[in-house]
Amino acid sequence: MEKKLIIAGFGGQGVMLAGELLAEAGKEENKYVTFLPSYGPEMRGGTANCDVIISDEPIASPIISYPEATIILNLPSLDKFEPMMKKDGLLVLNKSLIPREVKRDDLRVVGVDAQTIAKELGNEKAANMILLGVYVAIEKPVSLDSVKSAMKLFLKGKKEKFISANEKALEKGVGIAKEFLGGK
Amino acid sequence: MGEKILMKGAEVIAEAAIRAGCMAFFGYPITPQNEVPEYFSRRMPKLGRVFLQAGSEVAAINMVYGAACTGTRVITTSSSPGISLMQEGFSYIANSDVPCVVVNAMRGGPGLGDIAPAQADYSQAVKGGGHGDYHSIVIAPHTLQEEADLMFDAFDLADKYRIMTVVLVDGLMGQMMEPVEFKEWVDVKKFKAPDWATVGQRDRDQRNIITSLEILPEGLEKMNLRLQEKYRKIEKNEIRFEEYKMDDAEYAITAFGTVARIAKTVVGMARDEGIKLGLIRPITLWPFPTKLIEKRAKQLKFFFDSELNAGQMLEDVKLAVNGRKPVYFYGKLGGVVPSAEDIYKEFKKHMEGGR
Repeated sequence: MEKKLIIAGFGGQGVMLAGELLAEAGKEENKYVTFLPSYGPEMRGGTANCDVIISDEPIASPIISYPEATIILNLPSLDKFEPMMKKDGLLVLNKSLIPREVKRDDLRVVGVDAQTIAKELGNEKAANMILLGVYVAIEKPVSLDSVKSAMKLFLKGKKEKFISANEKALEKGVGIAKEFLGGK
Repeated sequence: MGEKILMKGAEVIAEAAIRAGCMAFFGYPITPQNEVPEYFSRRMPKLGRVFLQAGSEVAAINMVYGAACTGTRVITTSSSPGISLMQEGFSYIANSDVPCVVVNAMRGGPGLGDIAPAQADYSQAVKGGGHGDYHSIVIAPHTLQEEADLMFDAFDLADKYRIMTVVLVDGLMGQMMEPVEFKEWVDVKKFKAPDWATVGQRDRDQRNIITSLEILPEGLEKMNLRLQEKYRKIEKNEIRFEEYKMDDAEYAITAFGTVARIAKTVVGMARDEGIKLGLIRPITLWPFPTKLIEKRAKQLKFFFDSELNAGQMLEDVKLAVNGRKPVYFYGKLGGVVPSAEDIYKEFKKHMEGGR
């Protein structure tokens, strides 16, 4: 098993947190994991993105050139990563901020109005967790429980109060994924 | 060994150094390695050890020099432009026979350059950089686990040979995260000042004097010869490398650090197509695994060197191959990192050209 994911959006959308959380969950399952953030000037304003690889075998290159799965949170990221994706790849899309349709017809696209749903759940910032839930439920790089227990490591002290909202968001994502898988 | 911790490469450097018994950090901030001093600044005071942000890189390296003269395990970390500023100190440290560890998280140059990953300081680190005939031991990990392990070796080698050990990494390794397991803590209570250390005369007959100055040419020649003798000993004992799928290889990539890691993916891509490609990865860049490359030249059709520079380790590979086989090169400059696909495509061009 080797799962490769790129998460991309604006800085502040929780791109890095979602990636680190997934990496931590992979580590908890004793898998090989790499997390590679893009950094530098493009962090401000442009796209922020990270590559996460989870594998049963040692990981060679931590860089993903042609992603088989992406979580895309904004339009510039869709423009950048859509053409690079592998055929039949999974594209989990934050439709709240992306006005256009996906151009390619050879991808598995799950469009989610993530910010609206997050708002309904009472935490607008949890859009990233909804989308992460969708990805985890479809590609199964790790179990949902591992993601939840990783979350407890990240949200400590003052941030502890956000755990339940984020867990709800994750589960909402899992529900959306089940609909997507069932509807096929 | 304890449990695995998911950590940033920059933090791995600091944590491993602390566990290896590093008692003092002196440095000056520079991207992309600021998480290293940040981490030290949090941990060192709590352990009763020294963290000091100097006024400049020149000040920092001279503080390292001073601490090294007492035989204390000491470190500085910086990135390319900062390392350039420290070169005078490196040269003094070399001719003073004092141990220390320097980490360079290389970024794009020359000049102020950028903050993206590069390997363009290979020659500076391996061939000297400062003035005079000297070497530092230079080690280049390619994963964070290897980085965690080699930080211990960096201090051990520095102490064993009274020499500066340079750990060469790049911005990518500093920023990425990977689970690592650290070796056991070194018991610093067992440390005592070595005989040569300048920690007071105590019950010795004479004062210890550490200096890189010797005004008489004959005397300075003797110091130089002694240094060269030490370097030969290191070349004999401390060469480290990894060979990856080399047993039946007909072609070999030579690469270090981040590029070597990407190259392992390239080897996999070639093997999937039935091409017998392997990887030779020097772990010590000085001393360099010359004899190994010389030996492998017999079985190979050609070498393919790849680096994040215009061809610096390439020169050492060519010296080792010594004209026996072709040595091709593919490099990216200014902080651009090639994908495995890019490297494989370039490699195949030479395969097809040779047929």
